[in-house]
Amino acid sequence: MESVLSFGLALVLAPLFPGIILKVKALFAGKQGPPLLIKYWTLAKLLRKGSVYSTSTSFVFRLGPLVACATAIAALLFFPFAGKAPLVSFHGDVIVLFYLLGLGRFFTIAAALDTGSPFEGMGAAREAFFGTLAEAAIFAVLILFFRLNGSLILAGYFTGNQPIAIAGPQGALLILAVVALFMLLLAENSRVPVDDPATHLELTMIHEVMILDHSGPDLALIELGAFYKLFLYAALIASLLKPAGLAGPFAGTLAFYALMAVVYVAIGITESLTARLKMNMVPKYILTSFALVFFAIILTVEIA
Amino acid sequence: MASLLRIGNGEVVPRQHIPRIDFPRFLRVLTDFVRCNGYIVQFFAYPEGERMRLLAVLRNSELHVVETEVERDYPSLTLLAGAKFNLFEREIAEQYGLRPNGHPWLKMVRYHANASGRPDVFGNDYRTDIPGNYPYYRVEGEAIHEVGVGPVHAGIIEPGHFRFQCAGEEVLHLEIQLGYQHRGVERLLTTVPQRRWPILCEAIAGDTAIGHNLCCCQAIEALAGLDVEPGARTVRTIALELERLANHIGDLGALSGDVAFNPPAAYFGRIRGEFLNLLLELCGNRFGKSLVRPGGVTQAMGGEQRRIICAKIKELREEIVQVCDLLFSAHTVLARFEYTGTVNRALADQLGLVGPCGRASGLEYDVREFFPTERYADLPAITNRATNGDVYSRAMVRREEIVHALDLIEQLLAAPEEAHQPVRSAERRLAPASFVVTLNEGWRGEVSHCLLTDDDGALLRYKIKDPSFHNWTGLAMALRNQAISDFPLCNKSFNLSYCGFDL
Repeated sequence: MESVLSFGLALVLAPLFPGIILKVKALFAGKQGPPLLIKYWTLAKLLRKGSVYSTSTSFVFRLGPLVACATAIAALLFFPFAGKAPLVSFHGDVIVLFYLLGLGRFFTIAAALDTGSPFEGMGAAREAFFGTLAEAAIFAVLILFFRLNGSLILAGYFTGNQPIAIAGPQGALLILAVVALFMLLLAENSRVPVDDPATHLELTMIHEVMILDHSGPDLALIELGAFYKLFLYAALIASLLKPAGLAGPFAGTLAFYALMAVVYVAIGITESLTARLKMNMVPKYILTSFALVFFAIILTVEIA
Repeated sequence: MASLLRIGNGEVVPRQHIPRIDFPRFLRVLTDFVRCNGYIVQFFAYPEGERMRLLAVLRNSELHVVETEVERDYPSLTLLAGAKFNLFEREIAEQYGLRPNGHPWLKMVRYHANASGRPDVFGNDYRTDIPGNYPYYRVEGEAIHEVGVGPVHAGIIEPGHFRFQCAGEEVLHLEIQLGYQHRGVERLLTTVPQRRWPILCEAIAGDTAIGHNLCCCQAIEALAGLDVEPGARTVRTIALELERLANHIGDLGALSGDVAFNPPAAYFGRIRGEFLNLLLELCGNRFGKSLVRPGGVTQAMGGEQRRIICAKIKELREEIVQVCDLLFSAHTVLARFEYTGTVNRALADQLGLVGPCGRASGLEYDVREFFPTERYADLPAITNRATNGDVYSRAMVRREEIVHALDLIEQLLAAPEEAHQPVRSAERRLAPASFVVTLNEGWRGEVSHCLLTDDDGALLRYKIKDPSFHNWTGLAMALRNQAISDFPLCNKSFNLSYCGFDL
């Protein structure tokens, strides 16, 4: 029951947090910014609209948003929010989780290519390339976690007697992992400095350009999927940051969501303080995160 | 150089004084001129009875004029003398059906039928739509892909078509096709009453309302022999600098926004509005429309307005400096600006770039310094230090010009108030059979208007040149071997006018 509740809470709250990013960015720019609930309004607006389909697209185009959103929700099923047992959990579920996200990406790319637009093809090429590099870094993180904890179950990382956390014995090592995960979060969720979610310039976009032709409920699904994906990455970081000793179900959940808010505020600050990278620097950026985790893995070898 | 007549900026010349030489000599004179650090200000055709004449206004450290007579075609100067003639020749071919033989790439400029009734040089059927009617340059090969952008764009900007030939993310060639906003301004000006000229000129490019209108009014003043009071000249100078400030500040903000560095984009956006509001104080219009009219300005600048402008500049200067520091000290921003979209000096010289884009490439040409009008002869010139020709240099030149413009306005306002009377529009008799060319340094660079009157003093030809006419080619060249994702940034660093080009 508790698992269902925490999963439901995550689904409901995920669109709230991107509003925090917008608010932080607005404050840095000396503006009031949109209301915190803006993303809910956006979703409601999009869901009320009709969708327009180009005659040059096929069923692949319509499948893209559905799969992207469904895989992101499915990925959340494995996550132990605030240390609660997840709804689904089995040996090796972390690998399934990231390949579920990979499946979502595959269908988003396929839908983009289906339009035949040169813009979307360009975006798809970038997404595929950068996604491939990011995958290497993600799996390096998983290797690190496996070495620390011996588990291949996502829930196993953050629950039980020896959770992987900065407050734990290997905390110093995990700082590297947290930084790397934050860099990956920015890269995988099309945030600055890799992508600019606010731009209107198609030639510079990565993720946004792939969904240019989607409209109405389809776009709402894509947005929702993106919120969940970002939520998942932020939750990974928040779980690592979680201090020990917050046992109570209420206090634990509260602390978890407070840390989530901190992660989102950090995203907002990063986006306000840095400009975007040149496109040809993005691979270096992603590989830097890989190098950080790789270094952490080497340190675990020393410990062993 | 005896074949060239030296003229002044805004000086009326009887048309019979303009040297008329035969084409071979014309070709030789122009070829020699552009090879020795000479540039073209205007080069256009006009009908004289049954004959067609080509008139060229040239500049080095002085202005010169020369003309020749041609039949249906003539050997291409682009081929023989260089790329500076490229667009001018294509424009002549489009406007009057005169073919430059041997032009390396004879392509239409704005897609309209010519005015002379001659057969179309390009073989176009103007009843059909524009896209697809252009012989686009193509790079072939399996790894090459073509990206077409526009003419309808994502932002609220003007229409223009950009065709990229790319190998992966790298742009091999960019072709820019404009003309979507062609309104026929030049021909319209010869048909409407003189009182409407300034109004039309204010609409040539909405962001250069003062620059273009100033050229028009100075030309009318020269042809009608009107004197302008010093006080009115001060107001005009201030207005031109305010226009420069508003646009340059807006550009820096937009450059910042294009690299996703939000705070300066937001601050500059607001500060731009403050300068537009100062223009509002001067004349009741945020873009300075209806301020400049032949003979002076329509609204005298009073003591209160001087105080408001002074106070505002004092208030904003510090803020501008701080936001500039924020933008130019962010290393992630510098990483995007530096070595991006470089137009080196040799290339800029070959193309004849003008304005901040030219200065950013090391071409030290500023109309305010070379051919000063209004109060510029009394004011200090600007020297730009960043001359690498990249996005950084173009941004830096803007930053320097912003500070310079603030200084100029403060200096003008520090001088004692000179009383001047507002002027009203009126039809004025223009000198018959005359020629005048006016140049001003608009915020994009050299704006130039050229007027020719016939024997009755009626307007025979009105030729307009926006600085964008020179600089669009610079943007195309800046993109060579750049990442296609850097195009918006390069484009913004040039920030050229579509409607000023399309006329």
